[in-house]
Amino acid sequence: MSETAPTMAQRPAPTGGDQTPPRVRIAWIGVGVFVLLAGVRELTGSNDMLSTGSLRAALIAAIPIALAGLGGLWSERAGVVNIGLEGMMIMGTLGAGYFGYHGGVLAGIGGAVLFGALFGLLHAIVTVYVGVDHIVSGVAINIIAAGLAAFLAKVFFSGLPGGGPTQSPGLPHPGTLPLDFIADPAKTLEDKEWFLVSDVAGVVGAVTERISWLTVFALLLVAFTSWFLWHTAFGLRLRSVGESPSAAESLGVNVYLFKVVAVTVSGGLAGLGGAYLAMVASSGYQNGQTLGLGYIGLAAMIFGNWRPSGLLVAALLFGYTQSINLRGGSDSLHSLLLAIAIILVGLAAWNLRSKALKQAALFAAGGGLFLLWWATTESVSSKFTGMAPYVTTLLVLAFASQRLRMPAADGQVYRKGSAG
Amino acid sequence: MKRLDRLVTMLAAPVLALLMAGLISSVLLWVTGYSVGDFWSILLTWPQPRQLTNILNYGAILYLSGVAAAIGFKMNLFNIGVESQYRMGVFAAAAFAGTGWLSGWLNTVVAIVIAMLAGAGWAAIAALLRVFRGVSEVISTIMLNAIAGLLVGYFLRQIGVQSGNSTATKTIPESSWVGGITIFSDAGNQLLGLSLLAVVVGVAYWLVLGKTRFGFNLRATGMSETAAVASGVDVKKMIIVAMLLSGAVAGLIGMPTLFGDAHNYGSSFQTGIGFAGIAVALLGRNNPIGILFGALIFSYLHEQANNLNILAGISPEIVQVTQGVTVIAVVVAYELVRRIKVAREQAAVAVSLQADADVDEEVAA
Repeated sequence: MSETAPTMAQRPAPTGGDQTPPRVRIAWIGVGVFVLLAGVRELTGSNDMLSTGSLRAALIAAIPIALAGLGGLWSERAGVVNIGLEGMMIMGTLGAGYFGYHGGVLAGIGGAVLFGALFGLLHAIVTVYVGVDHIVSGVAINIIAAGLAAFLAKVFFSGLPGGGPTQSPGLPHPGTLPLDFIADPAKTLEDKEWFLVSDVAGVVGAVTERISWLTVFALLLVAFTSWFLWHTAFGLRLRSVGESPSAAESLGVNVYLFKVVAVTVSGGLAGLGGAYLAMVASSGYQNGQTLGLGYIGLAAMIFGNWRPSGLLVAALLFGYTQSINLRGGSDSLHSLLLAIAIILVGLAAWNLRSKALKQAALFAAGGGLFLLWWATTESVSSKFTGMAPYVTTLLVLAFASQRLRMPAADGQVYRKGSAG
Repeated sequence: MKRLDRLVTMLAAPVLALLMAGLISSVLLWVTGYSVGDFWSILLTWPQPRQLTNILNYGAILYLSGVAAAIGFKMNLFNIGVESQYRMGVFAAAAFAGTGWLSGWLNTVVAIVIAMLAGAGWAAIAALLRVFRGVSEVISTIMLNAIAGLLVGYFLRQIGVQSGNSTATKTIPESSWVGGITIFSDAGNQLLGLSLLAVVVGVAYWLVLGKTRFGFNLRATGMSETAAVASGVDVKKMIIVAMLLSGAVAGLIGMPTLFGDAHNYGSSFQTGIGFAGIAVALLGRNNPIGILFGALIFSYLHEQANNLNILAGISPEIVQVTQGVTVIAVVVAYELVRRIKVAREQAAVAVSLQADADVDEEVAA
């Protein structure tokens, strides 16, 4: 599938075709953006932009998005659109609150996955066996989950010490990994504020300082999904169900079963994202804690082109914009405008080189606007960073949709036996 | 006989769904140790006049929301963005009417038009993305929902005035308020004047959809796009028009409350009406009368939820669960009823074919 998407990072080599695997390309783009950010930091002096603290916060904000996105990936790769991720995530936070309070960390995580998976199973049964429209089922699931969580929270947590009708008592946190021997020297190096060196140290610090094992586990799940869906027979069958269910069925694949398994796993992953919210990102369950993160996860998956590596990058990006708000970093935000302007101008130059004049003009205009915004203002309203993930996703869908490729039978109701 | 049969199949699904939702809610209450008896006795108590008025008021709002969603559904468009179109509409209207540039009813009328334009304009983004860039309206409206919430929050902070610890738009001059209609003299509250918009929209929806060429084209496109194209319908245009109409109606949702009750737009404005509208449209099968029943049932449940809390200590969120389960149950039930109907039709055709074949054989013999 890597051949189907034309790439922008490489012009066709004389040997013909694009030989760089997408993962390598993404890595290089990542490095480039990072160097750029470091440069902007150096230039504007907003040192919090790439500090351990803000990157660590970004990582913590990114993981629930990534887990929800991963849930979306499992489901949509099997051809079932999952708008209900938000609701499954809500159930996850509730499960973590109830089981985590009564049974500790592992029980909390297990309970969250269970609650999410149960709603995934509901979505699967309704969409796959009954054949109800995926969107309708998803909308209903979100309504039910929000109501049920608020209802059960009152039952579960009222009267508990430290709990109340809308929130659970403090939950135990998953342990952190003992990596201080890396984090401490990184901190020293970061404080020197050397160009690039300190920035790299900031990244190292962010992934070592008091990092929860659940964070690492979530990252491993992304890698695992990448391997499992693209390098095992089970994964091939699962994806075939999302691409062409009739073809899959004619080859003896049990289409319904694969869809149901995929959507249930999807719910479990969203539930795990909920557990992360309740146990790592905050100190317990609260009503309305997810704040639409399920939808951002969905956006991350689309932005990431229905691929694990892509959705992880998107989740980190979205997580960064979300977390920078909470740190009151209007300074960092303002500097970010400059970085975006430079990136857009760079893209314009790139398109100009490959004679795509229309795109070049668009990017240049966008870059100019951001530059103007940066030059004429002192700070950025936090509302705009909140919007960033959604606006970027819309822009990507609007202007780069030919680079996106969703599973061919995504969202279609399949009736058994229609293979003929 | 045939008519009765049709009526039964039409009503079977919603009734089944409501029973199912009631059953699941009962089980949930029973498991969590609440009194199921109290739940039903409160739910089935005929509401006080004051409550009846509330039910009508909220029902009107839900009806507008339901029609907004239904216009899209009729064309197989999932306008998940009713919620944000409603917010944009009510905010724009409140911001305009609050300035008091125009006075009296002119202010009101212009503000209502602005609300419709704002709703339609916000929906237009999704429509254009769909038509010109092939972006699914589901995804774009979800994104636009989130953006609208933040955007309205931003504008509110820019132009709003502080009152207590919440920010709201400037209060609309009293000359532009729309008075209520007293239904029950002993109720103490009134039907919001602009609730009548629901009646207007309902009649217009029924007329346009059922009696005009445009409505026919709309339904035809929804049922079979290829057939519609073959008969000369410009599908792209239809998508844009349907989405704009849907957004315009969504823009009206906030009007009864804005001009009859709140008189400004603040953070206390109710959220989630757009999603409830989708549920109501599904419950009513996009039929003008069906949506009316759906809206009244949801509004009834919503109103009784308060009593559940006050009289029996049952948390009112149970009603939200009941509503959500109703939606799933109703679509499942419709699907099952449809399958039974198809199976019965097939059986009937098979029987009549068999009869024909028998006659042919006799003739041959």
